[in-house]
Amino acid sequence: MSRGFSWRKVSTEAQLLLVGIPVLLWTLIPVYHLLLFAISQRDSATSGRLWPADPTLQNFGIVLGQKHFYLTHFWVQIGNSLLIAVATGLITLFVATCAAFAISRLKLRGGRTVLNLALITYFIPAAFLAVPMYKTMANYGLLNNRWSMILAMVTIAAPYCIWVLKQASDKLPWELDEAARIDGASPLQLFRLVYVPLMVPSLVAVGTYALLLAWNEYLYGFLLLSKENEIPLAVALGNFLSADDSPWELLMATGFIYALPPAAIYYAFKRYMVSGLTAGAVKS
Amino acid sequence: MNTAAATVATPGPARRGLSSWEFWGRALVVPYLLIFIAFVLYPVGYGLWLARNPSSYAKLFDDPIFFRTAINTVVFVLVAVNLKMVIALGLSGFFVQSRWWIKITALVFILPWAVPSIPTILSVRFMLNPEWGVINSQIFKLTGLDGPNWLNDPTLALGFSMLMHIWKSLPFWTLIFVAGRLAIPGEQYEAASVDGATRWQKFRFITWPSMMGLYFTSTILSMIWTLGDFNSVYLLTGGGPADLTHVLATLGIRYLRLDQLELAMASIVVAMPFVLPLVYVMMKRLSK
Repeated sequence: MSRGFSWRKVSTEAQLLLVGIPVLLWTLIPVYHLLLFAISQRDSATSGRLWPADPTLQNFGIVLGQKHFYLTHFWVQIGNSLLIAVATGLITLFVATCAAFAISRLKLRGGRTVLNLALITYFIPAAFLAVPMYKTMANYGLLNNRWSMILAMVTIAAPYCIWVLKQASDKLPWELDEAARIDGASPLQLFRLVYVPLMVPSLVAVGTYALLLAWNEYLYGFLLLSKENEIPLAVALGNFLSADDSPWELLMATGFIYALPPAAIYYAFKRYMVSGLTAGAVKS
Repeated sequence: MNTAAATVATPGPARRGLSSWEFWGRALVVPYLLIFIAFVLYPVGYGLWLARNPSSYAKLFDDPIFFRTAINTVVFVLVAVNLKMVIALGLSGFFVQSRWWIKITALVFILPWAVPSIPTILSVRFMLNPEWGVINSQIFKLTGLDGPNWLNDPTLALGFSMLMHIWKSLPFWTLIFVAGRLAIPGEQYEAASVDGATRWQKFRFITWPSMMGLYFTSTILSMIWTLGDFNSVYLLTGGGPADLTHVLATLGIRYLRLDQLELAMASIVVAMPFVLPLVYVMMKRLSK
């Protein structure tokens, strides 16, 4: 007879389940409710049912076909979100990689100061910076221009990226730079041929971080952009709240579509994201 | 490690005048410095200049909403962050257990962090709708009574905002603590088991001592970020009912939308005596 069974083991498993089940419920209820709304017809959605009377995909059809007053710019707005996210990702990557290379590998004098400036920026609560940022963008004449949001997002994303890249750069073997210098490589050749190829995993993590930050951002878009055809999808979702009887099921269907790309990217790059985040966010 | 690198670097072969190495070192930080000057230094300086007038502060302190907001912010930061951190620390102990189903649970658990906050916050907002929300509908079905008007009660509404904040950022901090726990050598636990240590003793004498630094750093960092959490409050309660659930992050934006820029800046400057010490501690810890 198997002696693997013991009451002690059963009790351990039961205790783990007692944690696991509430954790799953807690996590999934808001997500399930979102999905429930997205696949319900209007009257079924607001009848408080736990499962839709007639599950339907027609809400998605309405959203994708822009067949509602609130959704006439859906594709333009999702395009804006994409443009802002990709531009933020690329510009942040460029700015942060250059800075990290200069500080870590070229041993720029004053590099520590630059790094500290970046770190202080990282510690300004985003909603606090938003107030003077709004006024600044107005002074620069950039309000209602998608560049204002891109530049604001680069400002917020770059410090963390510089810091993570600097930490990763410091770990590269110094002999590589030595060898490149002895072979007569220029700084730019060292950057292009040695540094960037070796940093690819960190660059992916950091670029993805900046991209997701910009895609997910609500507040800055809400402040800096207001024209229907220039706002990202996040702001358009918030605009549903301006009326009391908005089509909530369409809002949830749009929200579901909006949430898919970042979730997919997150899970696809999970390995990079998790190690990057845990290595970067908190150095104990 | 920097010293070793520097000694190799300085007597490098190419060192004629302002070498191309020094030139490029300076040139490559220029893009970031431009960003910093244009979008951090100038706005912050300009904002402080806007907030220079003492009468803004007098006006701010006369606003009854501000007093309520200050209390809300303190409650939000102290209660939500500490609750979240304690739960995250506990849950990290659950997620380091090796079971196939815990691995799957971990993948699901990360969802709130992986998806944007707007759709999920609005989803919760709809759940709490007093007339057609799923919670009150179920209460009515089960008891025949009308459920409470959740978001119309300032205390409940702020409580739900805090729960929303915890829901969103708990996975992130749990992951951080999981990484912290995995860095503790397993032999220590094995040795403790041989000595017959209880689970609490293992936590108290092995886990906690090696996690303490990480725990405090995380708590401080989370407090700073939580001060800037606009979405959890604004999208759930909109600061209402009657502007009673604002926190500083939403109040500043409210003044801004009302074109009261000086008040908006003043409300942020007032928070600085609390924020700057936290930032100072973080800078000290991170630049070690």
